[in-house]
Amino acid sequence: MAVTENSVGQRRAAWRARAFLIGPAALAIGVFMVVPLLLMAWISIHERDFSGSVVWDSYSPEAYLRFIFERNLDDSLSWNFDYLSIILRSVWLSAITTALSLLVGFPTALFMATRSEKWRAILVFLVTIPFWTNLLVRNYAWILLLRDHGTINSFLLWTGIIGEPLPLLHNGFAVSVGLTYSFLPFMVLPIYASLEKLDPRLIEASFDLYANRVRTLWHIVLPAAKPGIIAGSILVFVPCLGSYVTPELLGGGKTMMIGNLIGLQFGAARNWPFGAALGFALLSLVLIAMTIYALKARPKAGSQ
Amino acid sequence: MKKMSHILGGLALSVGLTLGGAASAQELHLYNWSNYFPPDLLKKYEAETGVKVTIDNYASEEDLLAKLQAGGGGYDVIFPGPTTLGTMIEKGLVANIGVNKMENFGNVLPPFQTLSVDADRSYSAPYMWGTTGFTYDPAMVPGGELEQSWKELFEPRDELKGNIAMLNEMSDVWNAAAYYLGVDKCTEDSGEAQKILDLLMAQKPHVKVYSNDGTIDRMSAGEVAVHMQWNGAAHRVKKNKPDAVYVYPKEGVTFWTDTLAVPANAPNMDAAKAFVNWMMDPENAAIASNYTGYSNAIRGSGEFLDASLSSDPAVNMPEEYGERLSGFKQCSPASKQLRERVWTKLKS
Repeated sequence: MAVTENSVGQRRAAWRARAFLIGPAALAIGVFMVVPLLLMAWISIHERDFSGSVVWDSYSPEAYLRFIFERNLDDSLSWNFDYLSIILRSVWLSAITTALSLLVGFPTALFMATRSEKWRAILVFLVTIPFWTNLLVRNYAWILLLRDHGTINSFLLWTGIIGEPLPLLHNGFAVSVGLTYSFLPFMVLPIYASLEKLDPRLIEASFDLYANRVRTLWHIVLPAAKPGIIAGSILVFVPCLGSYVTPELLGGGKTMMIGNLIGLQFGAARNWPFGAALGFALLSLVLIAMTIYALKARPKAGSQ
Repeated sequence: MKKMSHILGGLALSVGLTLGGAASAQELHLYNWSNYFPPDLLKKYEAETGVKVTIDNYASEEDLLAKLQAGGGGYDVIFPGPTTLGTMIEKGLVANIGVNKMENFGNVLPPFQTLSVDADRSYSAPYMWGTTGFTYDPAMVPGGELEQSWKELFEPRDELKGNIAMLNEMSDVWNAAAYYLGVDKCTEDSGEAQKILDLLMAQKPHVKVYSNDGTIDRMSAGEVAVHMQWNGAAHRVKKNKPDAVYVYPKEGVTFWTDTLAVPANAPNMDAAKAFVNWMMDPENAAIASNYTGYSNAIRGSGEFLDASLSSDPAVNMPEEYGERLSGFKQCSPASKQLRERVWTKLKS
């Protein structure tokens, strides 16, 4: 920029530069977050139009009442726990998935973090490879592996370990496996990032002070990995809550998670207000999880 | 209206076609189910007319409707079923293209010259039609034969428990249950809805999977012995399992049609009209049937049909089953709500 320009021009240019730099982010947040959320809120307080869409000149709390009540034919309200049980199942399955991911992800991350620099780069690269393939395709692959005449059952039958195919597909087990598989990298990478920063001399010092492996793991490695574990757990739990494809394909369509229930409302049921209200329920669950995280993380941040 | 099984193939196809769609003077954008339009027929159209055709795929009619309600997507020809078409006509989303005045309209078989939601066929031409029954593999059922009744699915024999699959389609499942119980499928009576729910809940433990995808593969691989299925899929099962039987249950069979229609804001209106007319040509309709495995509604297409199609009762329905067919009915909001409640309770 020319130095000879007067200060007003400079200030204006600086302002322009700032707007130019902040603009894209503000625009992205506005367009992709604020506007859709407002739209959802707006739609959720209208009456449904049975051919899809909503009746625009109506207002109704019906969509929110539906979580717990159902309207009988005589218009009276009675308790209804169908939707709550779907929401609870989603939370439960997400919790199991998070626990399984942690169980598998922590040792994996620890292994990765203790390799040489060259190997670490290769291992991180390998962890991200599944993302090159579409989630749908990866779920189909699990169908081929798990079904009655699939790879796993065929092999077990061939070895004679089992005489009948194991029921591996179309149940809660298949959904947990599929979800854990899908979200595992989100657990591994943050834990790895935490452990990578761990000073190996601390571990040596721990051994020098006669701590055994378990104590070292508990008192040195785990505290170092904690931020990664928390971040990883949230990264797994949150998208898991809203998962749609995996319960549909691997669960055999027998039980819904919130994602499927929302899909049904915007799809076959054509109940947009209820779908939008469910979207908000999901959002508030996520916010609660994040708040718990924030409260947990705060004292830690102070002590560091 | 029916979703085809091989989503993956369809995705690959649509990606390929979309990437290949360079700008040219005349273009045509189709929006359709995956695996529901023969690639060879596209090439034939391009060769005959010089118009560049691209296809995008939707996974459900609701996607199609939502896209049009949101302002389009730049499509010229769409393939809605009657329910969706009715909504679109009501909301002014499709153009009155005067199908009944088109040159090839005379080829349309009389029963298809009218439609519940488009009585004089101003808006839509017939595409495929078919039925929702069930298929079984004789080698996997006791005695090698099943009754022609929904009972075999809803109250399966002990040998078949855990060995049956249902479509994951709210209205198809609800309709079949209603036929079986002798209840009006548009019932507004909560007691009758409860009976349907009881039937479905009792059946659920014996159902291996509710799914619309991969129904052909599931039967071909012997994953299940009985599968609620669309007849075109049943036809394709027979490629691997020639003995498979498609049943038109005596209590009633839902019969559906799909249409060709043009969105009101189609960018290439003239090309779209020409295409709709072209699709009512017997040979072109036959090529579409040969690919999808469903019947078309065009007179004279029989001579272009593959022998495997014309000789298959799943596609070429024996006339005595005609009275079992039950067409589309627009149900009241109260009835739809009952249906949704039953479906949610079934899956909660």
